[in-house]
Amino acid sequence: MLRLPVLRHAAPTSLDEAIARLSEDGAMLAAGGTDLVPNLKRRQYPEAKTIVSLRRVTGLDGVSVDDDGTLRIGAMTTVARLADDGAVPEVLREAAGAVASPQLRNRGTVGGNLCVDTRCHWLNVPETWREAAEPCLKAGGEMCWVAPAKKVCWAVSSSDLAPAMVALDASVRLAGPDGERTTPVAELYRDDGMDHLAKAPNEILVEVIVPPLGERRAGYRKLRRRGSIDFPILGVAAVLEIDGDVCTDARLVLGAVASAPVRVTAAEDLLTGRALDANVIQEAAELAGKAVRPMSNTDLTSRYRKKMVPVFVRRLLRDLVDA
Amino acid sequence: MRIDPHHGVVGRAAPRTDALAQASGGLVYVDDLSYPSMLHGKILRSPQAHARIVSIDTSAAAALPGVHAVLTGADLPIAYGLLPVAQDEHALAIDKVRQVGDAVAAVAADDPDIAQRAVELIDVVYEPLPVVATMNDAVEIVDEPIHGDGPRNNRHREVSLDFGDVDAGFDRADHIREDVFFYQGNNHAALEPHGAVALVEDDGRLHLWSATQVPHYLHRIVAKVLEIPEHRIRVTANPTGGGFGAKTDVFAHELVAAKLALATGRPVKLILTREEVFYAHRGRHPVLMWIRTGFTGAGEITAMWFRTYVDGGAYGSYGPASLLYTGQLQTTTYRIPAYRFQGVRFFTNKPACGPKRGHGTPQPRFGLEVHLDKAAEDLGLDPVTIRERNLVHPFSTTVNHLRITSCGLADCIERVVEASEFRAKHRNLPPNRGIGLAVGAYMSGAGLPIYFNDMPQSEVLLKVDRGGLVTVYSMAADCGQGSTTMLATVVGEALGLDAADLAVVTADTDLTPIDLGSYSSRVTFMAGNAALEAAMKLADLILTAVADELELDTDDVRLGRGVVLAGDREIPWPDAVRMAEARWGLLTAAGSYKPPKGIRGDYKGAGVGPSPAYSYSACVAEVDCDPETGFVAVEQVWLAHDIGRAINPLLVRGQIEGSVHMALGETLMEEQAFRGALHDGPSLLDYKIPTALEMPPVEAILVESIDPEGPFGAKEVGQGPLLPVMPAVANAVHDALGIRVDEIPLRPDKILAALRDRERDGQGRYGPTDLPAYEFRPPLPVDPPPELR
Ligand SMILES: Cc1cc2nc3c(=O)[nH]c(=O)nc-3n(C[C@H](O)[C@H](O)[C@H](O)COP(=O)(O)OP(=O)(O)OC[C@H]3O[C@@H](n4cnc5c(N)ncnc54)[C@H](O)[C@@H]3O)c2cc1C
Repeated sequence: MLRLPVLRHAAPTSLDEAIARLSEDGAMLAAGGTDLVPNLKRRQYPEAKTIVSLRRVTGLDGVSVDDDGTLRIGAMTTVARLADDGAVPEVLREAAGAVASPQLRNRGTVGGNLCVDTRCHWLNVPETWREAAEPCLKAGGEMCWVAPAKKVCWAVSSSDLAPAMVALDASVRLAGPDGERTTPVAELYRDDGMDHLAKAPNEILVEVIVPPLGERRAGYRKLRRRGSIDFPILGVAAVLEIDGDVCTDARLVLGAVASAPVRVTAAEDLLTGRALDANVIQEAAELAGKAVRPMSNTDLTSRYRKKMVPVFVRRLLRDLVDA
Repeated sequence: MRIDPHHGVVGRAAPRTDALAQASGGLVYVDDLSYPSMLHGKILRSPQAHARIVSIDTSAAAALPGVHAVLTGADLPIAYGLLPVAQDEHALAIDKVRQVGDAVAAVAADDPDIAQRAVELIDVVYEPLPVVATMNDAVEIVDEPIHGDGPRNNRHREVSLDFGDVDAGFDRADHIREDVFFYQGNNHAALEPHGAVALVEDDGRLHLWSATQVPHYLHRIVAKVLEIPEHRIRVTANPTGGGFGAKTDVFAHELVAAKLALATGRPVKLILTREEVFYAHRGRHPVLMWIRTGFTGAGEITAMWFRTYVDGGAYGSYGPASLLYTGQLQTTTYRIPAYRFQGVRFFTNKPACGPKRGHGTPQPRFGLEVHLDKAAEDLGLDPVTIRERNLVHPFSTTVNHLRITSCGLADCIERVVEASEFRAKHRNLPPNRGIGLAVGAYMSGAGLPIYFNDMPQSEVLLKVDRGGLVTVYSMAADCGQGSTTMLATVVGEALGLDAADLAVVTADTDLTPIDLGSYSSRVTFMAGNAALEAAMKLADLILTAVADELELDTDDVRLGRGVVLAGDREIPWPDAVRMAEARWGLLTAAGSYKPPKGIRGDYKGAGVGPSPAYSYSACVAEVDCDPETGFVAVEQVWLAHDIGRAINPLLVRGQIEGSVHMALGETLMEEQAFRGALHDGPSLLDYKIPTALEMPPVEAILVESIDPEGPFGAKEVGQGPLLPVMPAVANAVHDALGIRVDEIPLRPDKILAALRDRERDGQGRYGPTDLPAYEFRPPLPVDPPPELR
């Protein structure tokens, strides 16, 4: 078994204390730990000194619905709970139910899922392996082995919930040393595998706020090798507003094809104002395929994954139209 | 002598005798062992695939508080290898490393964290050498052979044999077909990683516990490498959390743990990480194959030429045998009147391959069964007919001198074809659905031991105490297949006792008589026969004593269920046992088993392939393919297996279902792939094993051909049922989509590539076309056995 590095463990009981501990040098936040712990064992965070656990901070879990239908999900709500909760729209339940495996969903949290580190098959390997390969850019080396030409890290955004939340135009409430702020989930991410979260390390995600879905239709589809355990190698989330035959609003977001969820605005524009017949759907699917360039850094070939984008987009849109 | 069961012990679907212990955490695996003042060992492994070791500085590691010993290659200088012809490994590298993950140095420390830090403090300077990552590299990169004194083209072994007149066979063919296939390597991926614990006992003897399938071979090699006489060493094999062949070799960590225990005088535990398991490997060899077969218009085989190119990795291991297995068993299912086999195994700078379930035969079986399917199509025959026209005959001899005895293959085919409604479904299922058929055969134990000797392969000792308890002693190591239960069942049946009422002591070189190990599906046949012989002798002692005591004719005394039936009296077993002990003294009986002579030819290579009996299987798989994503969902598998006799039908079914799961993993996703010489992802997240969700229903059909030499007629089931599954699925995919992916695994991207190929007016094929630029020696002619001349 790979062993954890020797670390200090802090278990604050209030958010303020957690933020204070998190502001210390080498502090890292742990929620369920299902992403953090394996990464630590593979020595992906050499700077880590203290693990600050959120588990004893109360009031961070649970799902509630405001009078206007706005959904509030506490950051410490487990992914399993999200997948099962009748108050949660189908699209989120689908995405949550597709995360990892039952055991990991019982332990993993919504906040941890949205903040899950980007992944790459040159990085998420034991340290001894990385040494044999020479460490890549994100592992402290000089070069990205996926695309050595540029000093850019292409590690993949691997959250199932992220694309669904972006499609739903959800926001997150973050608490930091200077107080709280709320930001759209879309703006939580940067397309940079090294540093994919647009937040300070000592800002804690406390809540996800999902506007009511109303009459809109939404869905999530995931590509992975096996029916369980595997991270997405493509995620497709869509929200459509359909009036009669005509699509009056569309949001289409791809996961696991870049370092951040990718909104395919070209396809959204194409769909909006049109009757969604097979041709329109096909055109939108192809636009989505053109919008992204998966790299050879996770399961199956990049070429294959790119080919799957229009297939998955088309299937999802068709299912939503037929629903 | 054939002995039929009549006590209802054999043939009962009883749970394993250790089922409760297994399910409740009671079984003691090697990692469960813990001793006072035990140290923890850790091995430093090479980050280089091929390099000279310039220097090793261990001073900082040795100086770290809590470190008790540091070893390098100089401390264990003796070369070893499981096969006498492949003594090419060192416990810790000497002068050179040959793969990423080669063991270079080792420490023992107070706890695993200190051990980990200590190995990080060892400074090794390497001088990189050219890396041989592929078989083509092996042929082309000649400046620095992987094994210093080896051939410059890194050829490890070559075979080139002609059985019968192959050219004449092709001359008389109406149709000749050629195909090229590739079968990627894969790992056993047993859930339990390898591990060992060693300590010096009070009497000064070394005691080594290991998660091993071969305590006897481990015993020999520890003695050799550590230069300690065998009688000063005790090896105990713990129950393993899965073996599948992974634990049939001897590994660096076992020798290192033993050496560290000797060096420190303290118990030492050394458990591998998953990454280290992938580097220790000894898994399925990647094999590239070229097959040429001649057929008559009616589909009868006239000649076959089979070439295999085998990527062996960095060491010999079982390789010389693995190579022969890629050619030898083709003749056990089909009558091949003339057969040419040419095979070559190369060294490459990757983890050494070895035996995994089916050892060397799943790859050619995949090639052969798909090749036959294609030939059937060429000839306008259906897949059942072409096979039936060529089926091997029971009690015959093959062109390469293998002795075939009981053979239920025809039954197996009939049963799966019927159960699956193959004839109605083939070519007739809705779009994207398909059905495929394939067959296979496997040995019930290798006819020859690993090292040449004339002694039995299995011995069993029985001892009876005054309370009536029969204890079975055997070195058979239960690797999860249920050999312990099998021993209790065979002895129980022979004595009329419940299997669960016997005690079985296994896998300990101090306590148990020889069994060569749990490999080559040999244990039921060989240890089972030894156990049966011992039990018959014991029964004889007891019956004689009772007859004498009661002054009855021995004919009037026989065994019942838990009693001795003497005339009109029923004597409880314990009473009968006491009568016998009074008569004979301590009640013991021994049995041994040695395969019969005359089951092999006498050409070089003839030692690999012979077995006292072959099991047979036939498989039908039905698939549902997604032509847009290339995903293949296996909907159902039917598998009929000729087990000879099912000693315990529950365990037989378990082996069949487990084989199907493992086979589907190989077929669809598992691969020990590399980026250059670097493992593609040494974790169970990246190495894809099917989950419960991918596992289809399996209809297991048991065919009992009652082998004349097997214990109660039994043959093997541990490996055979795996073999036909891969080609059955590949043939089903062809039926579904009309394409051929001539390469394992059938990954979605390859399925799409084949579909693309078809769209472009191609043949709809994905697979290899080129062979390495390697010239085989001209084949050595071997006369077929007299009846085939
Ligand atoms: C084998 C395996 C398979 C997996 N498959 C999937 C999959 O299919 N899909 C998927 O989406 N994920 C997958 N995961 C990743 C992970 O299990 C889930 O994303 C899970 O929801 C993460 O939640 P957690 O609470 O365990 O996160 P943690 O591991 O606790 O945290 C993950 C990261 O988020 C940060 N973080 C956690 N909570 C907060 C917060 N409230 N505020 C700010 N930062 C925070 C942590 O510092 C850490 O960097 C898999 C993991 C494993 C080990």
